[in-house]
Amino acid sequence: MTNPSLTATGLRLAYDDRLVVDGLDLAVPPGRISVIIGANACGKSTLLRALARLLSPRGGAVHLDGRSIHAMPTRQVAQRLGILPQSPVAPEGLTVGDLVGQGRSPHQTWWRQWSAADQDAVTAALVATGMLEHAGRPLDQLSGGQRQRAWIAMAVAQNTPVLLLDEPTTFLDLAHQIDVLDLVVDLNRRQDRTVVMVLHDLNQACRYADHVIVMKEGRVVAEGPPLEVVDAALVEEVFGLRCVVTADPVSATPLVIPIGRHHVGPVSGGARTTGSC
Amino acid sequence: MLELSRGRLHFRLTRPPVSGILRLRLAVVWLGAGLAALLALCLTVAMGSGDYALTPHGLLNALLGAGERADLFVVWELRLPRATVALLAGAALGLSGAIFQSVTRNPLASPDMLGITQGAGTAVAAGVVLGTGAGLAPQTLGLAGALASGLAIYLLAWKRGTTGYRIVLVGIGVSWMCVSLTSYLLSRAELYQAQKVLGWLVGNLNDRGWQHAGPLALALAVLLPSVLLLGRWQRTLRLGDEVAGGLGTPVQRVRLALLLGGAALAAFATAAAGPVLFVALAAPQIAQRTARAGSPPLTASALTGSTIVLVGDLISQRLLADSVLPVGVVTGVLGAPFLLWQLARANRTGTGG
Repeated sequence: MTNPSLTATGLRLAYDDRLVVDGLDLAVPPGRISVIIGANACGKSTLLRALARLLSPRGGAVHLDGRSIHAMPTRQVAQRLGILPQSPVAPEGLTVGDLVGQGRSPHQTWWRQWSAADQDAVTAALVATGMLEHAGRPLDQLSGGQRQRAWIAMAVAQNTPVLLLDEPTTFLDLAHQIDVLDLVVDLNRRQDRTVVMVLHDLNQACRYADHVIVMKEGRVVAEGPPLEVVDAALVEEVFGLRCVVTADPVSATPLVIPIGRHHVGPVSGGARTTGSC
Repeated sequence: MLELSRGRLHFRLTRPPVSGILRLRLAVVWLGAGLAALLALCLTVAMGSGDYALTPHGLLNALLGAGERADLFVVWELRLPRATVALLAGAALGLSGAIFQSVTRNPLASPDMLGITQGAGTAVAAGVVLGTGAGLAPQTLGLAGALASGLAIYLLAWKRGTTGYRIVLVGIGVSWMCVSLTSYLLSRAELYQAQKVLGWLVGNLNDRGWQHAGPLALALAVLLPSVLLLGRWQRTLRLGDEVAGGLGTPVQRVRLALLLGGAALAAFATAAAGPVLFVALAAPQIAQRTARAGSPPLTASALTGSTIVLVGDLISQRLLADSVLPVGVVTGVLGAPFLLWQLARANRTGTGG
């Protein structure tokens, strides 16, 4: 896939009268996995929605391949950029194959509704996500992890160079979280897709991101490779949480170990609170 | 993906079948074919049976324009227009219900739950009791009322765009407002006026002629293809506004177009046949469940609607021959238990929308 360019300049985003993002600049590194992290209500999902044209900015602009995304026809945007919102809900009885087929919608026209290319893309998406054998099953009969894979398959069938994922691991158990994140890396490496996703878990973000975008109160406070960006001072500044940052014994990426008010010290249940960053 | 090579049998399947899509399409096609056959059967019964019974041979002759004058009169002037109105009104209601249910993502949404039909009733009552729009037939008044309440629902639900949820809430409010207004008008009416309004309000196919079928046929001829062309977007819309938007669907414009189309279909059907209740609600659900689809299939919903109204009218004409039972009462009696079953089911599985 050709290298896409996705940038935001002077972005101002608001819900009703509440300004959520004010004057944000961002350039998404092409061909990489970028992960947006930050405290609750810091504007992570809002930013992602604006990047996907689901939210109109009050000021500034989002540019996709050099063109303002809000001046582009909806269909053209959807051919270049796919988004999976947080916890989407499928209608009862919808099968995996039918859902993934919807991903072809931006490639179809009035006069050409379903083609061999669509069929191939759907099959490829089902194979890439390991969902081929479940194609005929209704979504409500799948496990949470399989369901999320089905939704990702829909976004994959859309065949866009840019893929935006809003907390793709929400409500999944740990094994399925890792499963979904590994799948995202597969898509990035094998199909050369640029990925931007919002994640809650800092350690997963550090392990799976090529590039982290750290947000606080609607601004980007730091961005770059996790090893260069994430340290105890940053976590304290952004989350208001004291912690120890060490090397992940598996991936050598930053591992954030929080320090709370309790259970700090060598003896479990002890009352010592002398931990420090 | 699959290679079988044994003896002369050499077989290679490059594209594995995506059963989810294939199965769904086949199910919808089979359902459509079955419904069409059922409709043909019902039509034959509707044409041939009754006080003036016709042999299949006589019916065929009459339909081809030959045969006795009495046969021709009964078939072409009495039974065919009535059956045509039933067929078209049922199709329009079924289609309208399918649109409302998929756009609002709510299986309980339909034009007769959201005040479109009630708007028609209020307009007819106002016309008869107050003399508003004097000289206009109930048909025209009903059409105007239904379209007006459809537009009112959309405008009242607007707040920087609409959502399916808000449309349902506002629609239920509009519905009750119209019902109250109609009751008020009826309470002020003279007895003969009230009787006239009530006769229209139950949904009635008695004395329906070609003049009723004409406008409805025209409306369907325009609206059915338009709605089917929007089908691709209607299917993405049922995945939610965010997903649909991400798939390149112009969400607000498609929703407006579909809702106006659905309201217009219900309005023309109501104008021709009166408010035949529950068809718009039940037909899409029956079609969806029979086809095991994720949302009401449009064409199959229309065919199901036709079948329900035609069968309902047959029951009202033939089963209780001594009393004149309006078709709306029959579909109501058949539809109410269905609605209760639907509600109980939605409560149990927590998918009430």
